[in-house]
Amino acid sequence: MTNHNGTILTVNDLKTYFQTEDGIVKAVDGISFQLQKGETLGIVGESGSGKSVTNLSVMRLIPEPPGKIVNGDIIFDGIDVRELAIDEVRKIRGKRMAMIFQDPMTSLNPFLRISSQLMEVTRLHLGHNKKQAYDHAIKMLKTVGISDAEERIDSYPHEFSGGMRQRVMIAMALSCDPELLIADEPTTALDVTIQAQILELIKDLKARMGTSVILITHDLGVVAGMTEKIIVMYAGKVFEQAPTRELFATPANPYTKGLLKSVPDPAHEQGKELYQIPGLPPDVAHLPPGCPFAERCGYVQEICRTEYPPFIQINEDHHSLCHFAREVYAESVQERQAK
Amino acid sequence: MSETNEKNIISIQDLKVHYKVGGGLFTAAKYVKAVDGVTLDIEKGETLGLVGESGCGKSTLGKAILRLTEPTDGKVFYKGKDLAHLPQSAMREQRKHLQMIFQDPYASLNPRMTVGNIIGEPIRTFGLANGKSVESKVQELMETVGLSRRFVKRYPHEFSGGQRQRIGIARALAVDPEFIVADEPISALDVSIQAQIMNLMERLQAEKNLTYLFISHDLRAVRHLSDRVAVMYLGRIVELADGREVYRDPLMPYTKALISAVPVPDPEIEAARERIILTGDVPSPINPPSGCPFHTRCRYAIQECKEIVPKLVEIKPLHLAACIRISPQYPHIEENSKQGLGVVGN
Repeated sequence: MTNHNGTILTVNDLKTYFQTEDGIVKAVDGISFQLQKGETLGIVGESGSGKSVTNLSVMRLIPEPPGKIVNGDIIFDGIDVRELAIDEVRKIRGKRMAMIFQDPMTSLNPFLRISSQLMEVTRLHLGHNKKQAYDHAIKMLKTVGISDAEERIDSYPHEFSGGMRQRVMIAMALSCDPELLIADEPTTALDVTIQAQILELIKDLKARMGTSVILITHDLGVVAGMTEKIIVMYAGKVFEQAPTRELFATPANPYTKGLLKSVPDPAHEQGKELYQIPGLPPDVAHLPPGCPFAERCGYVQEICRTEYPPFIQINEDHHSLCHFAREVYAESVQERQAK
Repeated sequence: MSETNEKNIISIQDLKVHYKVGGGLFTAAKYVKAVDGVTLDIEKGETLGLVGESGCGKSTLGKAILRLTEPTDGKVFYKGKDLAHLPQSAMREQRKHLQMIFQDPYASLNPRMTVGNIIGEPIRTFGLANGKSVESKVQELMETVGLSRRFVKRYPHEFSGGQRQRIGIARALAVDPEFIVADEPISALDVSIQAQIMNLMERLQAEKNLTYLFISHDLRAVRHLSDRVAVMYLGRIVELADGREVYRDPLMPYTKALISAVPVPDPEIEAARERIILTGDVPSPINPPSGCPFHTRCRYAIQECKEIVPKLVEIKPLHLAACIRISPQYPHIEENSKQGLGVVGN
């Protein structure tokens, strides 16, 4: 199980902005969190919420220009990632922190055999010779559940199915036994049955290797079973941050509540109208002065349109960005008790 | 016409869509059996959900019904006419009644046409209105799907995914269809927008008495929208029943695994439940397994499953499944397996 023996990653008031024709886009505008060793953090949000940019910032993968980390600390195991020279970053990236992307179809090189793509990582970071790297690659493919690894290792990516390619990506990410694994929508492009396989695999590897994981997804179902704590993002801001069970049981932010209610519940009677959050996500380049969610919020008051909401602490680990966070929380607690 | 026929708007009989792949001067051609003998009735006014993994043939089936893909064999009856064998010109005429909503709202709208022209095109093509009345019809449709009529001169790229899907729905509704195939209409959308589109589809169905074939890999959405659910695997329907029934008592091992794989947004349920994890991928439809196509991944497979092709038969009232290890007398495969029963059905 999880072993909390120290912090692996601290992100403090991170702000990453992009310069666009349309003005400055504050893709991530102040996010702070701590990730303990062996822990899994879920980052949930819709497209454009800033969840991917947060993690690209941590990996120092923001294209500059147009993007720039304008503020904040990223401390990975005592190292200040923002201060590192780019060749120093490269020594960490892929070795001590690794990333799995959403689309296994485009993140493997179609012209290279699976074996050479896997070998490249360990030859670079662990100084393996050809033979060592090849053997290690086979071992990694077996680890991620590719049964006839010896025969399949010299295949090209197109000879693998989507689920198998995602396994290869995971094998590659885990090749150097990283301390931090960032998985950005790792199962979104996959079928539910394959999604279940991949999530089970990540859980299992985490338990065996003690890797800390950041799981980025739009699917509340996926984070429910996989994470210890969750950050909900909206329009570049952290809207709510809480331990997983607490967030699902007693959300303190209207956006989180809305998201949870708008997922069809299998126990739900057919034909009953689904709860829907009205309207559309805002244009991040032109945010209103008040709360970015105000236009879509059922709890909206005059103050929400004029004043930016405070980040209210509900209890030790639970925060919500809302003028009425305490009221929303109290309502959730009541609803919970009524159940 | 018998009463059962009048209840159905679409009646599909042994429909097959086979694609030829490869085959040169010296090599034999192979066939992808995307749809391989589907028989299915769609009742007037219902939403029939069609679920399955990618590559199972669900989209091909939807397209073949509307002849957007040519069926290889079989019949599709709509109001006594066999759509599968209508000449193209006669089929075009039928498209007034039969429409489609596509998955990708980015690729299915012509980027060089204004929203007004996109929605107005089918109205003009079928001569349903002309001149000024087209414009007013377009504006009316835009309001119906929740788009402001001010947007009529805008182009698709100016809209978000959810709004584009609304445009796609308005275009499908423009000809006043009776039957709509909705192929993954929400899977490219954000969570908060998915609920909006599902509610819109339900409202329109009630207002316009529409019949939907709702194709999706999202079992939660299918459960929410559908009256009946058909489960497809490697080109065949393997289970068919009332939506509630399929989730309460799935009979096929495949359906059980599919339902079990869906993550539930509740950490307490997630922590407690035992998930059935299928091993391996969907086999290739070029060379599908012999016998029951699911036997390669089925934990209950026995020797006979590799030999006998199971038929879709009624196991419980109005609940059909295709498995030789279950029968009306012995509907539950776990118990049958515990008792050591082999082949009981078909």
